[in-house]
Amino acid sequence: MSKRFTPSVKLTDNDVTDERIYRQRRRIIKSLGFAGAGSLLAGKASAIGWFDSDDDKPAFNAQPLDFVPGSDYSTSEKKTPYDKVTGFNNFYEFGTGKEDPAEYASALTTNPWSLSVDGMVEKPFTLDHDALTSRFTMHERIYRMRCVEAWSMVIPWVGFELGELIKQARPLSGARYVAFETLERPDEMRGQRSRFTGGGIDYPYVEGLRLDEAMHPLTLMAVGLYGKTLPPQNGAPIRLVVPWKYGFKSIKSVVRITLTDKEPPTTWNRLAANEYGFYANVNPQVDHPRWSQASERRIAGGGLLSRNRIDTQLFNGYSEVASLYDGMDLRKFF
Amino acid sequence: MKRLLSRPARLTRPQILVGKSLVHLLLLGLLAFQFQLGLSDQLGADPVQALLNFTGLNAIHLLLITLLVSPAAKHLPCADLMKYRRLLGLYVFVYALAHLTTYILFELQLNWPLIGSEIIKRPYITVGFAALLILAALSVTSPNSIRRRMGRRWQKLHNLIYLCAGLALLHYSWSQKVLLAEPLIYWAIAIVILLLRKDKFRPHRRPR
Repeated sequence: MSKRFTPSVKLTDNDVTDERIYRQRRRIIKSLGFAGAGSLLAGKASAIGWFDSDDDKPAFNAQPLDFVPGSDYSTSEKKTPYDKVTGFNNFYEFGTGKEDPAEYASALTTNPWSLSVDGMVEKPFTLDHDALTSRFTMHERIYRMRCVEAWSMVIPWVGFELGELIKQARPLSGARYVAFETLERPDEMRGQRSRFTGGGIDYPYVEGLRLDEAMHPLTLMAVGLYGKTLPPQNGAPIRLVVPWKYGFKSIKSVVRITLTDKEPPTTWNRLAANEYGFYANVNPQVDHPRWSQASERRIAGGGLLSRNRIDTQLFNGYSEVASLYDGMDLRKFF
Repeated sequence: MKRLLSRPARLTRPQILVGKSLVHLLLLGLLAFQFQLGLSDQLGADPVQALLNFTGLNAIHLLLITLLVSPAAKHLPCADLMKYRRLLGLYVFVYALAHLTTYILFELQLNWPLIGSEIIKRPYITVGFAALLILAALSVTSPNSIRRRMGRRWQKLHNLIYLCAGLALLHYSWSQKVLLAEPLIYWAIAIVILLLRKDKFRPHRRPR
């Protein structure tokens, strides 16, 4: 019988370098002057870091969530790794670059938080930070996410159905649309401080859905990702996820949900109405004016050689929502 | 502009050769290193986009640097700088070609019908492609023997570099989702560089 292997060096948790000290060491190494050449060659995602800042930020500390695993709505496709889901985001409040949110969103205070539900409802209410994860049953939903820029990911969200939240407010019979609003806090969101950094968008970011779209069981209010709380770059502490629409509809860091009888304004539609419609349903037959939407690149892992170009499906493959648009010309209502 | 130094500096042949070797080493090395990082998935979440940004943006950087060579040679006491202009210009083409190659191989992944239709149907890609064709024409006519044979037509052809710079920046601006973004910085720099050589655009008649 072979002897059980025992390492000659015994390490306990106490021997692990504390993160704070680890970061301090990094700072010292950087201050020695290798930062310039080092970041040029091995910079996080771009070698063109001329405009990047080089601050060390405390790492985001994700908290585990309790949730019901498994769902009929979940896809079994290969999940996009956590570091890619959290390292490649559009969140113009923190800058227009894809790495900007990961770099700058840690400035966002996500606790305390307040999310109000108001407008054409019988019982308007407000949720505080703890209520976001305790008021409703949490489910895991593994959804495809298709960005209007023709890349996509597969993301395991944790959250609750938006329909449950809306039902609790008891919508009035005249309510037909749901309007959403992101936090506006220029002190913490650099894109809101400068029109240049924020891409010239009018903040706060707003989005909207038709009430029946909002009540569809696929429509999720996500508070987590990979079983843990959302990092700020992904829209902490709570965001919308509408998997059959382009990613920009899934508004992040929501502070207000208002039921109305009129179609609410949406940020990208206001900025370029010919390119971004109110519906923004994923549709391979309707091109963006500047690029084809017929196919997409799935970001899943692997380097340049991964053959990850796939055909885009109508409604991002969520055919169960098709009946919501019966009789509508989706070229006109794009 | 006044001369910064009073005595003109001449570079010896070995010095120029060493300088050129360094340019090759740096520019080819960086390009190879980036592709290597991309192949081993070390370029962040989307290596394809990182590589498109790297090659495209550095092609523009090199183009602007190339356009700075002749004003620099004129105003600095070192006319030998001109000996680097063609080399830098060729690297603009190399980086732009790497940009298109990345787009075809890794973004569209050799889907030829899509590649064809994107180049024709998407104005910002058409514009970028036109800039690349200009760079190709300038590159193949860059050997001295061809330059001599072309005579005055050579300069006419190579003045297309200004059009190319405009097209490249238009391609960059147009590819963004918003207007208010980094490309504007490059437009500003390009305008300053063109102002440095405004005499070139003034129609002047040579005495016969």
